[in-house]
Amino acid sequence: MSLAVAVSDVNEDAFVPASEAGPAPKRIVVAFGFWVFLLSDIVMFSVLFAAYAVLVRATAGGPSGAQLFNQVSVAVQTACLLISSYTCGMMSLAVSARQRFNTYIFALVTFVLGAAFLYLEVHEFASMIARGAAPQRSAFLSAFFTVVGCHGLHVTAGLIWLAVMMAQVAFKGFRPSVDRRLLCFALFWHALDIIWVWLFTAVYLMGIRL
Amino acid sequence: MNLLGKLTWSAIPFDQPIIMGASGGMILGILAVVAWVTLKGYVPYLWNEWLTSVDHKRIGVMYIVLALLMLLRGFSDAIMMRAQQAVAAGGAQGYLPPEHFDQIFSAHGTIMIFFVAMPFIIGLMNFVVPLQLGIRDVAFPTLNSVSLWLTASGILLTNISLVVGEFAKTGWVAYPPLSELQFSPGVGVDYYLWSLQISGVGTLLTGINFVTTILKTRAPGMGYMRMPVFCWTALASNLMIVAVFPILTATFAMLLLDRYLGFHFFSVDAGGNAMMYVNLFWMWGHPEVYILVLPAFGVYSEVSATFSGKPLFGYRSMVAATMVICVLSMMVWLHHFFTMGASASVNAVFGVASMIIGVPTGVKIFNWLFTMYGGRVRFTVPVLWAIGFMVTFVLGGLTGVLLAVPPVDWQVHNSLFLVAHFHHVIIPGVVFGVFAGYMYWFPKAFGFTLDESWGRRAFWCWFIGFHVSFMPLYVVGLMGMTRRLQHYDVVSWQPWLIVAAAGVVIIFAGVICQIMQFAVSIRHREQLRDVTGDPWNGRTLEWSTASPPPAWNFAFLPRVAGRDAYWIQKTLARAKQVQPAPRRKYEPIEVPKNTPTGFVNAFFAVVTGFALIWHIWWMAALGAVGGFVTFLVFAFREEEEVEIPAETIARFDRAHPAEVAL
Amino acid sequence: MTDTPYDRAPGEISTTAEAQRLTLSDFGIYTAGLVLAVILTATSFWVANTSLLWAPGVAMGLVVLAIAQMGVHLVFFLHITTGPDNTNNVLALAFGLLIVFLVVVGSLWIMADLNDNMMPMSELMNLQMQH
Repeated sequence: MSLAVAVSDVNEDAFVPASEAGPAPKRIVVAFGFWVFLLSDIVMFSVLFAAYAVLVRATAGGPSGAQLFNQVSVAVQTACLLISSYTCGMMSLAVSARQRFNTYIFALVTFVLGAAFLYLEVHEFASMIARGAAPQRSAFLSAFFTVVGCHGLHVTAGLIWLAVMMAQVAFKGFRPSVDRRLLCFALFWHALDIIWVWLFTAVYLMGIRL
Repeated sequence: MNLLGKLTWSAIPFDQPIIMGASGGMILGILAVVAWVTLKGYVPYLWNEWLTSVDHKRIGVMYIVLALLMLLRGFSDAIMMRAQQAVAAGGAQGYLPPEHFDQIFSAHGTIMIFFVAMPFIIGLMNFVVPLQLGIRDVAFPTLNSVSLWLTASGILLTNISLVVGEFAKTGWVAYPPLSELQFSPGVGVDYYLWSLQISGVGTLLTGINFVTTILKTRAPGMGYMRMPVFCWTALASNLMIVAVFPILTATFAMLLLDRYLGFHFFSVDAGGNAMMYVNLFWMWGHPEVYILVLPAFGVYSEVSATFSGKPLFGYRSMVAATMVICVLSMMVWLHHFFTMGASASVNAVFGVASMIIGVPTGVKIFNWLFTMYGGRVRFTVPVLWAIGFMVTFVLGGLTGVLLAVPPVDWQVHNSLFLVAHFHHVIIPGVVFGVFAGYMYWFPKAFGFTLDESWGRRAFWCWFIGFHVSFMPLYVVGLMGMTRRLQHYDVVSWQPWLIVAAAGVVIIFAGVICQIMQFAVSIRHREQLRDVTGDPWNGRTLEWSTASPPPAWNFAFLPRVAGRDAYWIQKTLARAKQVQPAPRRKYEPIEVPKNTPTGFVNAFFAVVTGFALIWHIWWMAALGAVGGFVTFLVFAFREEEEVEIPAETIARFDRAHPAEVAL
Repeated sequence: MTDTPYDRAPGEISTTAEAQRLTLSDFGIYTAGLVLAVILTATSFWVANTSLLWAPGVAMGLVVLAIAQMGVHLVFFLHITTGPDNTNNVLALAFGLLIVFLVVVGSLWIMADLNDNMMPMSELMNLQMQH
């Protein structure tokens, strides 16, 4: 264990690993903190997934996934969310290039695609409920509505956030705090797409094969 | 459509004198404090300096104040339970009807875990970690304030349940089917669920805050292996918070969906699976106890090193043991439900894992012992708590190893043997630890030390009282007594339970001694004043600041040269025996601006929570909107920081020469 | 070693000149990610619907494709790399994935075992309610 280096004698050219470089810049600190939050959110989703997996056969005599899921709708939803992830990436590039107009355009496209996703999802839920496949019908349906619905709620929150961020860009420009928040939004939006990958795979695609 | 949902005047339990007495006392106490504060003119000071503060030191103190207050309520529950069980044998029914007794044991567990132990360790971490890391605040100070006030919201809701409505009668774990609407149609379980969901959000945000702080914002030179061990345990604890609190959030959300919208996650019909709740709950529940105990272990590390005058023995193995516990603690949860019906192979795997997890803890015990061995140990009160912990916790841990053996557990599961075991680890582990912690760091926070004599008396009362109170419970547990009994017919248990009640009286004396310690120390604070900032000849950086430290903690961020950074600085200064390095030019420092965001947001959280509990939907919507607007106001604020002029900093340093001599 | 003294923020494209020279442009990274993701998604849908594959292998195939697509998102959209300036981010991700694994696999294993050994809930409640 090394002891002392006299405080005034530090060699400024000596290599300093990142772990000893002192507090990181705010942008890195904020993004890392948000990254940790995202990981906690993914743990929460994994609990809902686990519950779904445990209850997937508990249909209580009611309809199962194979009878309910509409693959076309799911495919369109997947396309919407995936492309919106791409346009969000484009928005991030516009932000780093400080191009206001492009930022607004890509944000708008991202928003519209996200809204389309939500519309299809709500439509799917409504039609299921109309057919008697409400979440109160069976444990399987409770779990399905919860895990998919929780993702939908996150998408909704994301859209509200995106709208607020565009207001922030309009009023405050690309100052550092706005820039950091947009970075966090991008992290959030991409993570939601990752979760959707697992949703359409484990819930819908595996569901039709059960 | 009833404008007030389920809420009516009959929600107030006018017909239950004990509850009315407790409620009345609580309300009078709150009114008295509010009146005193207002009449003395302290409101502007309180608002500007404390309630809106984003300073980690202030937030830490407020967490601990909340914890100490709730300790009084949780402990009152304990007194009531012991008193009831001491008399309710054979023909006697005691003074508490079952419906009330059930709420008491449920509230006792909930309050002690969520509203005493958690805020206490979070408060200690809040105050100490940034100072030990040589920085000015946590990574996200405003988020820190939000976390504190969300915890306070949960506490407030739980206390409101005493006056309006009822609390859960399901035990602090709230297993379905009992906690489902069908079998618990009242508001009690809803109070439990919403209080914990709200404070759970606060806790999760704290976890994110501290993981980021410890990993990304340490002072220059402080590599990972130069961090104080308390910071390592804080890191492990907060990593676990981030990992497992989402599990609790999701599990409670599913139970709430069952209760509010008729879903079937855990219901008895339509395919629900109540056992899944137990599985998910304990997936959170086991790591939770390690979340609580690891920072307490960190306190013991700091205390034993400082008061032995030696560096902590086995730093690397301590760090390794901490991180091993962090991971292993997430692989043992099934031992909380060995008897639920899993097969022998599953039980065996988790039984073995539960025994293995005792090993790193054993490593820690040996490290503390070897730290003290060969040192000049000063037997201050924090050291008494540490030694009391070591003796008691090891025995309690041994009963845990017993319980880790599934066939043994089958005999004593849900008996008072189990109750004795977990108190036997959590009281010496967590409670003694936080007591040692607050007595150790009190002078740093307030500028004067606590009275030693009253501290000693408190320790001995707690130590003796704990043993008198809980050792008999092992006996009655082995005699077959189940936990949570409002009344029992086996009269031979009664003498043991009377002894246990006597133990609680001794602990009560200990609590009185702690209150006396505060009163006496405050009265004699000038004699007890800490003028050097380093009353214990400490080893870590917090002791290099003034007592209490200024808002900016360090005028210049320290350059850390090794482990026990302050000890190195002191050694160097003594060796040089000359004036310290020439004073550098003071620069202005930007600190985050105080904001009412946390407090106001928590107000809306209480409104929303209360409204959801009583099914007042319009109020819940308003509360949610209010919370969102509060957040928007914060997001659009113009000024984020306040600049402290260089002259202010220089003036502070001139006024505290002894404390900043290095 | 690293060009910068600090780690990189998660989500941040590496801005060093060296990295820019060796790889695609920023725009190219996102586009490549989109193309790969579309291919993987289409393959998933095909795997789920085709009768050409051995049935028990379909679930495994879907999981593998999902993991691959998650990887594509992480690398191309979230810019998580294995460089030394990204260590904190990768370690945090690994920790998160460990927890997810424990939660999902642990729950499935335990619940399946319990379901094998325990009476179904409805019959259990029937017994209870008879008292």
